[in-house]
Amino acid sequence: MSELESKSQRFVALCMLGMVLFNYPILALFNVPGTLFGVPTLYAYVFIAWAALVGLMAYVAESGG
Amino acid sequence: MLHETAIVLISFLYLGVLFAIAYYADERADAGRSIIASPYVYSLSLAVYATAWTFYGSVGRAASDGVGFLPIYVGPTLMIALWWVVLRKILRISKQNRITSLADFVASRYGKSALLGGLVTVIAVIGILPYISLQLKAVSSSFTILVHYPEITIPAAAGAVSSRQDTALWVALILAAFTIAFGTRHLDAAEHHQGMVAAIAFESLVKLLAFLAVGTFVTFGMYNGLGDVFARAAAVPKLRAMLTPLEGVAGNYSTWVWLTILSMMAIMFLPRQFQVAVIENVDEKHLNKAIWLFPVYMIAINVFVLPIAFGGLLRFPDGSVDADTFVLTLPMVEKQELLALLVFIGGLSAATGMVIVETIALSTMVCNDLVMPVLLRLRGLRLVERPDLTGLLLGIRRGAIVLVLLLGYIYFKVAGEAYALVSIGLISFAAVAQFAPAILGGIFWKDGTRVGALCGLLAGFAVWLYTLLLPALARSGWLPIALLDQGPFGIALLKPLQLFGLTGLDQISHAMIWSMIANVGAYVAGSLFSSPSADEHRQASLFVDVFRHTGGAGGARFWRGTASVPDLYGLLARFLGTATADGAFHDYAAARGLRWPDEQLVADAELVHYVEVQLAGAIGAASARVMVASVVKEEALTIEEVREILDEASQVVVYSHRLQQKSRELEAATAELRQANERLTELDRLKDDFVSTVTHELRTPLTSIRAFTEILLEDPEVDADQRRKFLGIITKEAERLTRLINQVLDLSKIESGKADWVESRVDMKEVISDTLAAMEQLFRERNIRVEARMPHKVSTVKVDLDRMVQVMLNLLSNAAKFCDAASGRIEVALSERDGTLRVDVSDNGRGIGAENHEAIFGKFHQVGDTLTDKPHGSGLGLHISRQIVEHFGGRMWVESSLGRGARFSFTLPTGAGA
Repeated sequence: MSELESKSQRFVALCMLGMVLFNYPILALFNVPGTLFGVPTLYAYVFIAWAALVGLMAYVAESGG
Repeated sequence: MLHETAIVLISFLYLGVLFAIAYYADERADAGRSIIASPYVYSLSLAVYATAWTFYGSVGRAASDGVGFLPIYVGPTLMIALWWVVLRKILRISKQNRITSLADFVASRYGKSALLGGLVTVIAVIGILPYISLQLKAVSSSFTILVHYPEITIPAAAGAVSSRQDTALWVALILAAFTIAFGTRHLDAAEHHQGMVAAIAFESLVKLLAFLAVGTFVTFGMYNGLGDVFARAAAVPKLRAMLTPLEGVAGNYSTWVWLTILSMMAIMFLPRQFQVAVIENVDEKHLNKAIWLFPVYMIAINVFVLPIAFGGLLRFPDGSVDADTFVLTLPMVEKQELLALLVFIGGLSAATGMVIVETIALSTMVCNDLVMPVLLRLRGLRLVERPDLTGLLLGIRRGAIVLVLLLGYIYFKVAGEAYALVSIGLISFAAVAQFAPAILGGIFWKDGTRVGALCGLLAGFAVWLYTLLLPALARSGWLPIALLDQGPFGIALLKPLQLFGLTGLDQISHAMIWSMIANVGAYVAGSLFSSPSADEHRQASLFVDVFRHTGGAGGARFWRGTASVPDLYGLLARFLGTATADGAFHDYAAARGLRWPDEQLVADAELVHYVEVQLAGAIGAASARVMVASVVKEEALTIEEVREILDEASQVVVYSHRLQQKSRELEAATAELRQANERLTELDRLKDDFVSTVTHELRTPLTSIRAFTEILLEDPEVDADQRRKFLGIITKEAERLTRLINQVLDLSKIESGKADWVESRVDMKEVISDTLAAMEQLFRERNIRVEARMPHKVSTVKVDLDRMVQVMLNLLSNAAKFCDAASGRIEVALSERDGTLRVDVSDNGRGIGAENHEAIFGKFHQVGDTLTDKPHGSGLGLHISRQIVEHFGGRMWVESSLGRGARFSFTLPTGAGA
């Protein structure tokens, strides 16, 4: 049960992380002119952060339990 | 060249392939070799979330405000992170209670309330209509555009309208027929549609591939990669603002946040998502993979949205082409006939996937939670006495499918004009978000009641109607537009888009704020100010504590009454058909080691519950409750009794926890006892050894004393020299005996803690000097050179002076005994470091092997071969010395190897430095 419990807590933490990453003020930091790898900063940020979050979710989902 | 007939033919061919897949999957399922029992198929089927909205609408949204399409996919990703907590629980509950739909879930949670199930169904059907109309609009307009190839004709342009509306009707009817063939071929007690799931998974692949194909074409075919598209867009002043869209074209951050929250709810509570994620789930473990595979799918299908949007804006700078159609019109304007056809098929697959699952889910709800409860209550129909109801059930579902699609078509005709694809879909999202408080509250909060859920749903739905649906109708000209501008009856405070004067928000955020306040507020207030019935109390406990009630029999504890097996069997056969009923009874009997129908079953609470659950799978929990009640004589449980049963259950849990803890404590105690016993046995053995060694050691000197006294006694002729020699030996042996006895006494005192320690501050320099002086005679006799190296001044230590002298004497006499016989050398060193005094006594004797370094500190240990060597001492000296040093907080050890002398060292804390 404790392993399930810790997995649950990790997922809740990831959700909170996502809520911070995709919210004001972090978003505002990237809502500026300029590009990253040729892609406007905000769009590049959203996709990179999104992929990173999903990567973490995959790690938590597949580890243990 | 694309002919209308060719397109129609290809579309039907595609639908035929889908049907073949579904048929094959159903066959395989019947043969027991399911092809959908895979986490990958499960993840793909979840991607039914991506509809024509995603396929066409995302680009349209992106073309107007840049990032506005993204929260619709980021939100679900956040929600999916919570699936491990939330969806796992819903899955477990649904499996145990044979939940067949979203409405069934809510009805079942709040005491199997038919009223609540009906309300949820009505909200779902009305709420989803805009969403279905969106799919019809997308398919029909993409069809219209494609048949005009190679010209780009936007359907809204004059002349195309009537033909498109015909198309939409045809699409609706064809999809209805197709869904009926898919979803209602036969009645499954578990509401599993394996064929449908396989087809949906396939559709998810098709739409993804089609979208990636067009994305790749636009990005790398029409332009030179991502950087090129964005660089060109940045060069156009009109588009530059869209590169930093927040706080600008995409509205403020609150729009973004509300869209995120809205889509978090949608991914859970859209009827079709509930259908694929919960009802069609065959294995809870598939969640592990789906949790990240589905978000990966969403990222993949969104990667090319922005390049296509900007590509479209650059290619059609005059705004003549609707951005919702860029996905299709870009390949067309580049004369990519086949790609355009692939896009059309992709869009078709996105739309059909949504429509099929959504209407199947809605038809199950309409049948089980709206029509059947009413029909069963109409006694005049004598429905209960009909022998076979499966036909009726299938008929209702088929009717519901046609009805839902036709309503969708009507909505499309009424209100489809005024909004872009995404805006239409968001209205539906806001409708299903109203289920969130009742469901999430229902699985985590035991005190949520039926009245609370009814109030919350009604309040939230009313606000939704007023702030979202009403404006949609008004904008389409079906209601006076003055309603929006001036408010009803000219009351400005009640303006649907600025309710109570709330301004500065977009329409969706505005509606969400008010509907959620109303919904959650009414739910909580209603729950707190109403008392639950016995049924509600029981269901609340079964839902909230689902992980504590293991096995499916959780509900059986709550039933009391009498029933007969034939009645129950008959009931099941009427609704599920005799074959399914036979199977169900056979399974039930087999699980109890009986062979049905040869051996009689007992119509006990368990069987009644089993039948009710089976029935619930076909007609919903609320109707099943009514039906079972019609064939058995029930004694209603009072709420006190339900509470008692629940309390008993929790008491049992508490007791078993306590028992577990007790037995763990017992185990620990047993282990300790065993250890103590082992220690005692060891001590006993040591004591025996000790006694026998002591006796042996005492006997040796006694024997020689006795031998020499006997000689002296019996032989008076012994000469004086001889006599003196003998007497010398006797004295020496007697001394040894005395020393031995003293040491044994000493040891027993130290070990029992009865020794008298006289502590004072002692200067170890003095101790060493005094001891060396006392032994000077001995050293000289044996011709041993002694060297002492001591610092000028050392700290004093708090010890027993006599004991320390004893220790030094012991070490020095040992060194004297064992050092080289010819040219003995002893070195004494005293040093102080970090609050510790250290004394080293080294000799140049034969040394001690490493294996004996600890043993020599044991009792009665004699170094060397005891058989050949004469013992040199009592064997207690080092043991006692170590005990003394350790008593004062120090340490004693030896460093040595054979042939290289030995160095005995001990430390004492000065109590000053450390």
